[in-house]
Amino acid sequence: MKTILYIIQKEFKQIFRNKGMLPIIFVLPLLQLIILSNAATFEVKNIKFGYIDNDRTSTSRALIEQFNASTYFNVLTDFPSEALASSAMLQGEVDVVLEIPQYFERDLQKEKHHSLGVTINAIDGAAAGVENVYVTQIIQRFNKQLKVDLFQISDKQIQPVNIETIPLFWYNETLNYKTFMVPGILVLLVTMITLFLSGMNIVREKEIGTLEQINVTPIKKSQFIIGKLFPFWVIGMGLLTIGLILVKLIFNVPMVGSLLLLYGYTSIYILVILGMGLFISNFTDTQQQAMFIAWFFVVIFILMSGLFTPIESMPKWAQILTEFNPIKYFVEIIRMVMLKGSGFKNILPLAVKTLAYAIVMNGLAVWSYKKTN
Amino acid sequence: MKRFKGFIKKEFYHIFRDRRSLFILFGMPIAQILLFGFAITNEINNVDIAILDHSKDATTEEIINKIAASKYFSIKQIIEKESDIESIFKKGKVKAVLNFEKDFSKNLIKENKGTIQIITDATDPNTANTITNFIGAILQNYQKDLNKDITIVYQLIPESRMVYNPELKSVYMFVPGVMTIILMLVSAMMTSISITREKELGTMEILLVSPLKPFQVIIGKVFPYIFLSIINAVVIVLLSIFIFKMPVQGSLFLLGLESVLFIISSLALGILISTISASQQTAMMISLMGLMLPVILLSGFIFPISSMPLPLQIISNIIPAKWFIIILKGIMLKGVGMTFIWKETLILLGMTAFFIVLSVKKYKIRLE
Repeated sequence: MKTILYIIQKEFKQIFRNKGMLPIIFVLPLLQLIILSNAATFEVKNIKFGYIDNDRTSTSRALIEQFNASTYFNVLTDFPSEALASSAMLQGEVDVVLEIPQYFERDLQKEKHHSLGVTINAIDGAAAGVENVYVTQIIQRFNKQLKVDLFQISDKQIQPVNIETIPLFWYNETLNYKTFMVPGILVLLVTMITLFLSGMNIVREKEIGTLEQINVTPIKKSQFIIGKLFPFWVIGMGLLTIGLILVKLIFNVPMVGSLLLLYGYTSIYILVILGMGLFISNFTDTQQQAMFIAWFFVVIFILMSGLFTPIESMPKWAQILTEFNPIKYFVEIIRMVMLKGSGFKNILPLAVKTLAYAIVMNGLAVWSYKKTN
Repeated sequence: MKRFKGFIKKEFYHIFRDRRSLFILFGMPIAQILLFGFAITNEINNVDIAILDHSKDATTEEIINKIAASKYFSIKQIIEKESDIESIFKKGKVKAVLNFEKDFSKNLIKENKGTIQIITDATDPNTANTITNFIGAILQNYQKDLNKDITIVYQLIPESRMVYNPELKSVYMFVPGVMTIILMLVSAMMTSISITREKELGTMEILLVSPLKPFQVIIGKVFPYIFLSIINAVVIVLLSIFIFKMPVQGSLFLLGLESVLFIISSLALGILISTISASQQTAMMISLMGLMLPVILLSGFIFPISSMPLPLQIISNIIPAKWFIIILKGIMLKGVGMTFIWKETLILLGMTAFFIVLSVKKYKIRLE
């Protein structure tokens, strides 16, 4: 026991002596949490909108006015010709172009209906879909107005069957993105710091040659490993704590569930990550290799965690792969506990998997550590 | 010049002797782009939903069948009472519950109006919103069928044309992004530790007393990595064209030139990190912790920049990856030439020059 305490003491000293690392461990992640959380939104706003009005009548102007009044479309450009509009779209200056044909008003009165050309830059397919919905909504509203204002037809004259939908958004009525993203980004930062630090640590001693010195001392392997990893576990928990405080103070993310549950889960989760770090350390000879491998897994873990894109949209094989992604579990659980107030029973299946993962990972790490020496 | 050549040769040897690192360098990006190209999508598919049907009549059954038939939803559970909603949401099993009012079809016939609640788990606002919109669209189609006999007058119908990506494939969005992330981070990480490594192992002092000029040392260090990164880029571009069927509407040659420019700018950024950090560990933490998230989040890779708050839109301008993604999408999907992307190219050039000048300056300080 005493030996472990000494090692822990030594490791802590080593971490805190390196003045260059301290800001990287604590300031950089938290700064990113505060700043970058604002970037993670799928909301489609400030759509660059252009129109070509070949009709220039009161009806066409009234239609454009509808777009002008909408909060989604905020830059309006009047293009004199279609050629100029497509060139502007190539240039990226406009994302949606509405084309009103000649004799639009006349034909509308004669034929009672009319189609309108809408061109949407669809490179970002998801955004294009949303933009299309907005355009349709505005035109539908305009249709109603057409009947009432311009042609004096009351709604009562036609009585179509109407299915009314009432959307209810539970747990996040205002559809606030930050509430959803901030806890997830906190998970990322805690994971990255603990993985990179632990992954680097032992291989560094290998590279510099000090590992051999430790190996000839009478210390047991398990003592050595626990002593090595414990400080990073503490750093991870500390980061989570400061992060949660910021999440509450700055973003006002609710904490519906139990804080204790969250901490209990995190303490297991960090063990998984530390086991991975140790494992990486064992299988590499240089810090460079360790760093590349850690990076490789972290990028995969991030992009396949359900943090930014939904897991259920992935193909089946990819969904099976995500079962091995620790970040997926933590992201899901932190969102469940903080936002929905899920309890111990709700998260139990995920927590059991995490625990099993921790045992396997650390078992492998300890086993491979013995072998390489 | 001869000395310089010798130095470059030595650097090449250094890199190619380390088979394991080489394998990691080439294998990982390939694995990543394959994985992501196939797996990552922000389309909404197969969302699990539950049904709470208080009416249980022919009409509601017909609507439920319509929804089950769409590729967006799969009906996972039929529940019987309101109180079940909370518990299935808490377990995280379904994303939405469709709640049909009592006497739905009776009301539809008698009052021409039936009501359905769409209750979504809005912890994920994007999915919640999309689910609501999609179900709304399915219901509208159904309604249109019901109203076949009534002609609605004075109606404008928008006919939308999706340009550059008519099928709204999300792979067109993600492949350029993943390409950028991989090229940038691999390049920056490689060089960021190349100089710190020498410092840490003590071989830097030998370099310092050698007659090579500082910029020669830096160029000599970067040169082999340019070579490696270009191979990386070629592999990635080939994969995106042949496996993900990414079009290259514009000039392949231009695409190559721009990629080389971007690679050099990332390598230069790595060198800059290398000159300012004392140990490999610091250099690595700066290039991984400092670059990864900002590049993923602020480059327009996943999240649209135009929707971000203004200060972040301004900050995004200093991320080289943002400009490269614009260039890539321009050449690959829009088929534009230099006349449309000269501004972005110039910005990348400027950034590269800035990184190089700054690292040479910093490097000199170390010499004194």
